[in-house]
Amino acid sequence: MDSLEPTQPLNNSFWNDTGKTGITSWIFSTDHKRIGLLYFYVTFGFFLTGVLLGLLLRIELMAPGRTIMGPQTYNALFTVHGVVMIFLFIIPGIPGAFGNLVMPIQVGARDVAFPRLNLLSWWLYIIGALIVLTSLFSGGGAPDTGWTFYVPFSSRTGTNVSLAVFGVFIVGFSSILTGVNFVTTIHRLRAEGMSWGRLPLFTWSLYATAWVQILATPILAITLVLIMAERLLGTGLFDPSRGGDPVMYQHLFWIYSHPAVYIMILPAMGIISDIIPVFSRKPIFGYKMIAFSSIAIAAAGSLVWGHHMFTSGMSDTAVMVFSFLTFIVAIPSAIKVFNWISTLYKGSISLEAPMLFALSFILLFSIGGLSGLILGAAATDVHVHDTHFVVGHFHYVMFGGTGFAIFAAMHYWLPKFYGRRYAEKPAVVAWALMFTGFNVLYFTMQVLGMKGMPRRYYDYLPEFANLNLVATIGSWILAAGLVIMVVNLFRGLWWGVPFEGNPWGGASLEWTVPTPPPTENFIEEPVVTHGPYDFSNTERS
Amino acid sequence: MSHPEHKDDIGAKLGMWLFLFTELLLFGGLFLLYAVYLKRYPHEFATGGTQLNWVLGSANTAILLTSSLCAAMALTALQRHEMRRAMALLGATIFCAAGFMVIKYVEWSAKIGHGIYPGSEHLKAGPPGESIFFSLYFLSTGIHGLHVLIGAILLAWITVKIKSGEVNGDNYILLENGALYWHLVDLIWIFIFPLYYLIL
Repeated sequence: MDSLEPTQPLNNSFWNDTGKTGITSWIFSTDHKRIGLLYFYVTFGFFLTGVLLGLLLRIELMAPGRTIMGPQTYNALFTVHGVVMIFLFIIPGIPGAFGNLVMPIQVGARDVAFPRLNLLSWWLYIIGALIVLTSLFSGGGAPDTGWTFYVPFSSRTGTNVSLAVFGVFIVGFSSILTGVNFVTTIHRLRAEGMSWGRLPLFTWSLYATAWVQILATPILAITLVLIMAERLLGTGLFDPSRGGDPVMYQHLFWIYSHPAVYIMILPAMGIISDIIPVFSRKPIFGYKMIAFSSIAIAAAGSLVWGHHMFTSGMSDTAVMVFSFLTFIVAIPSAIKVFNWISTLYKGSISLEAPMLFALSFILLFSIGGLSGLILGAAATDVHVHDTHFVVGHFHYVMFGGTGFAIFAAMHYWLPKFYGRRYAEKPAVVAWALMFTGFNVLYFTMQVLGMKGMPRRYYDYLPEFANLNLVATIGSWILAAGLVIMVVNLFRGLWWGVPFEGNPWGGASLEWTVPTPPPTENFIEEPVVTHGPYDFSNTERS
Repeated sequence: MSHPEHKDDIGAKLGMWLFLFTELLLFGGLFLLYAVYLKRYPHEFATGGTQLNWVLGSANTAILLTSSLCAAMALTALQRHEMRRAMALLGATIFCAAGFMVIKYVEWSAKIGHGIYPGSEHLKAGPPGESIFFSLYFLSTGIHGLHVLIGAILLAWITVKIKSGEVNGDNYILLENGALYWHLVDLIWIFIFPLYYLIL
């Protein structure tokens, strides 16, 4: 970032208006935009690392038997792939990066409520990430438990589980503090006229997410402490021979980790709710219901963790209750999808890169969501539990959903903070490749799962060979698109043509401030007089 | 374009309350395990409970309640611009915290001296429910003790800030939040004490 030439678009912006440009002015900055970019680069770096690991896993599965690695390496790789993608990329990804960059401006504030706490969050995230990375290369080697750290294996394996778990524990603190910061910011720092009914839906989704971060993450913290105690002190709380119950571990783990998937998907839905109306030139359909459904998803989503455990030996009553509650979550999710579609109806749609990613979000998320119902119904879950169907399902939601939403946000918001933009055509080509490769990869996985191929096995029966080859080829198409997107996007942001004014014609506050924004965002304290999707007074520049 | 330093006491308190919720939920996980295992091993839990020293436990409860009172009075004193009294009361709070830790130390050493600690041979030989009870006891009181320690350090740091005048009768939000944290530490003990020492 320092190599950037301070040319025209950057003058008098947060890049240089404090006169501080060295590396310490970034890593010790309390400016939400600088912290947001720090989060963005680190989380995105972890995303690329995770992609690389995923590609290696796919190469191993390209043909039956040993292809490029043995079973122990395979176990370690899928564990690290999961831990990196979930704890280091997708959970901090949107709140940390785009939440920090955009939300304070959207509510009309100069910064978040606790800027120094915000910096501490980033540092805790970095320290936690470093500890996780250390755990891969020290002690007994990279953890091989899967990202879920299930007992009894996690309390007995000789790999470096304790250190990895400690790193995740620290990252959890970072997530909690971000949640506290965002809830307080949205309550206390809204500008004059920025009523709750005028908050952009991205901010609404961050608000719901922040509550989940606050209320669910502590349970993960204590669960991770309990794993460490189990390994280091021999507490025996989850050891049946000592009176403990491993199913209690699964309960505690999923009490956090299911709500955590809403930490991942809710802000992604917020991004989509902000992009679709702008590129349809039409106010969002059902503003109140979309805002409400974010809260409803956060609330109902906290009560469905048991659907991960239908085959773990819970009582039938528990299975039915959790299955029912899981179907309840589908309602607010569907409300969002229908409202996005209704927003498109009779809109003046322009198919630019952010919109293409946003539209594919709707499709991919819907496929992922509907396959989730197959897993949420106890009767069908028993058949596809622990198969590739599950892997396909959560990649549709997490990658096709949240991942594509992050790509949309990168094309939509990052130019605003750089004052430069990417080239449109390569972005569209990249999108087309990624969309194609994605479906070839993950839809095939779902078919494989239906045919009975288990997950987390490095080998498989010969009848699964053809489809596995197809999936692996899909992963290469996806990767090719990703490379084009990354090169095009960053080349554009660092050296591209100027991005000035309000090219997308957005009506929320971030499009009213200079590009890139100055350190304190607003030259004058803003007074909000209209809603975030009222385009009657905005033109595309 | 330079703005005055942002100051929002209500916001600061809101943030603190949110953080306190997270602390409650952290202990919530342990209370959840307690509830499930109590249902499974009621007799072993009762036997375990009788082995804890309720006199020392009660003494610690009294000490923590006194310390919370001192913390609250320190805040009132500060709001009335009585800096010396505020610092003295905070000193009393920290003194109580130290007393609590000493008693905890005596209790723990006695238990460990009898071969009762997580993973000990003595517990492995006994009924499983008892091992679960003491594992939970050590984890709950251990994590709580850690919070007592953190709270005491926090209050000591605030005392220094009062001495330097940075925290004063017009700017007392830091002490208010510190005292809130201290009350939380107190509150959690109010649940731990009866669950482990009394009701069984």
